[in-house]
Amino acid sequence: MATIEAQPIPRSEQWRDYRRAAGAWLIGPGLWIIIGAFMVWAVFAERDAFVVGVVAGSIFALGALGLTLIYGVLKFGHFAHGDMMMLSGYLAFLFLSGFIVGEKPGDQLTILPVTVNDLPGADDPIWKFSFGYGLWVAMILAGAAMAVILVGLDRFVYRRLRVRKSGIVIFSIAALGIAIATRATILFFWGPSPRLYYPGIRERVDLPFDVSLLADQLFILATALVATAVVYWLLFYTRLGKAMRAMSDNPDLARVSGINTDRIILQTWIVAGALIAVAGVLLSLQVQLDPELGFILLLPLFASAILGGLGNPVGALVGGLIVGITQEVAVTLDLPLLGDVSAGYKFSVAFLILILILLVRPNGLFGAKV
Amino acid sequence: MSESIAPARPVALETQDMTTGYGEVNILHGVSTRVHEGEMVAIIGPNGAGKSTLLRAIFGLLPAREGTVHLHGDNVTGQRPDALVPKGLGYVPQVDNVFPSLTIMENLEMGAFVRRNGLAERADQVFRLFPDLAGRRGEVAGRLSGGQRQMLALARALMLDPSVLLLDEPSASLSPKMVGMIFERIKEINDGGTAILLVEQNAREALSVCHRAYVLAMGENRLEGAAQDLLDSEEVGRLYLGA
Repeated sequence: MATIEAQPIPRSEQWRDYRRAAGAWLIGPGLWIIIGAFMVWAVFAERDAFVVGVVAGSIFALGALGLTLIYGVLKFGHFAHGDMMMLSGYLAFLFLSGFIVGEKPGDQLTILPVTVNDLPGADDPIWKFSFGYGLWVAMILAGAAMAVILVGLDRFVYRRLRVRKSGIVIFSIAALGIAIATRATILFFWGPSPRLYYPGIRERVDLPFDVSLLADQLFILATALVATAVVYWLLFYTRLGKAMRAMSDNPDLARVSGINTDRIILQTWIVAGALIAVAGVLLSLQVQLDPELGFILLLPLFASAILGGLGNPVGALVGGLIVGITQEVAVTLDLPLLGDVSAGYKFSVAFLILILILLVRPNGLFGAKV
Repeated sequence: MSESIAPARPVALETQDMTTGYGEVNILHGVSTRVHEGEMVAIIGPNGAGKSTLLRAIFGLLPAREGTVHLHGDNVTGQRPDALVPKGLGYVPQVDNVFPSLTIMENLEMGAFVRRNGLAERADQVFRLFPDLAGRRGEVAGRLSGGQRQMLALARALMLDPSVLLLDEPSASLSPKMVGMIFERIKEINDGGTAILLVEQNAREALSVCHRAYVLAMGENRLEGAAQDLLDSEEVGRLYLGA
């Protein structure tokens, strides 16, 4: 009787099966386990960097939230987002101090007759912060100005492209052009050297669990939290927010339902303007006012938004935090062969995350939209 | 279900000599249709006859190159959906007709976007027509089955209690059992007084519930008449019903 011998599986096929299994694990639960393990490790091993990362991440999350809202409603990558954040930081600076640079180095040209700092007690530091209530006033004014600017840009640029039914690439290149023009505007009015809202000593605060933060960073975290909560309330509990989500889901059906999509687009720009201003002022407070910063910021912003899935507001928040924490923790690492990772590599970490997520899960951590 | 009562009523929606198309090509060449108040009218015809294009042109999604659309006697040619919806015209597209990441209740809210009050009461009325949806109002629409989605699409369009409803292939890609159920619901909607103009590939099913029908071919009116007469007609049977 002939016996049937088991055919040995060729080695190449065996490897291919292993690779497939590993790939499936990596794009499935593995990704979450790796991220979770990294976060838990970072909390214990690199607590200071982790906390700074949460602060940076909360700013990224605000930026990515605006990016994702604009993508959802208008369906294009808003490449001017980082520079608009920086511009709103400078606008807040203008409302506070009232001056722009003059012709000669060191010159100051006062262009506002009344500034926020003229208000009584506006720059008296509150609690342990480096600023007074003036910064809040300036932030609100910057938000209003940014809303006007973005609505104006929509009228003169994006709406014309919509009428012509231009493709997504044309929109994004237009946004890139606006980004460059915005940066040039900042350089023209405020010069290339970085600035601070309030020079002076920044106080630290000690928190439980061996955490120590600048008081200003605590303010950044709290403000980002409140702003995020307001955006979620807007998106899930108001007529406007639901219409924005509906447009993000299915713009044609939104139009067919009788929703005035042009008006929703304008209102989206207004919301985005407010978000950009809050994120921009917080960023300027955390780092400094720097004309180049906006462009550099695009990378972590897009990495955050894509990590969370473009158009997904909850994802933007998670993505922002992951990118922020990873960036800060990564540059404290002492890697074998490579040695210390210099702080200058911070933004290449965002780039790495962006490449990895596009390779492994191009629709973001939360997968495709339902 | 006879023709005799219909023409006595005033005209709700009238299209005259509609000519339109995409790019350089005209798809419709002077199509005229008429729907009386409370009437249910089908547009049938082979693939590419321009049936869906006609609905899109009526609803202002495609500019009319020639011809007019009148709604309750008013000329509404070329008006945008956000102007037509408040005037009582509703439209259910063939595909992608729900908001997948919104809940069922939010989908209905979007259907009533142009009206701010009375939302809850109207939703309750609509849910009475679609009891399947009532128990799941907090669920995300993307998780619904094909038939339930079609129900939700109808429910969304009913939120403003339109006087005329345009339905683009409501039975497309549904199982035979669901097709019957959807047509039952459409019949109920019509019994409630809403005039319906529906485009159907599924001609036999459509003719069995509608009062009248138009047969379109090559972007032109080919035949029209009472639904029963068309069902009985040899020519229609041979050409469009596969009998």
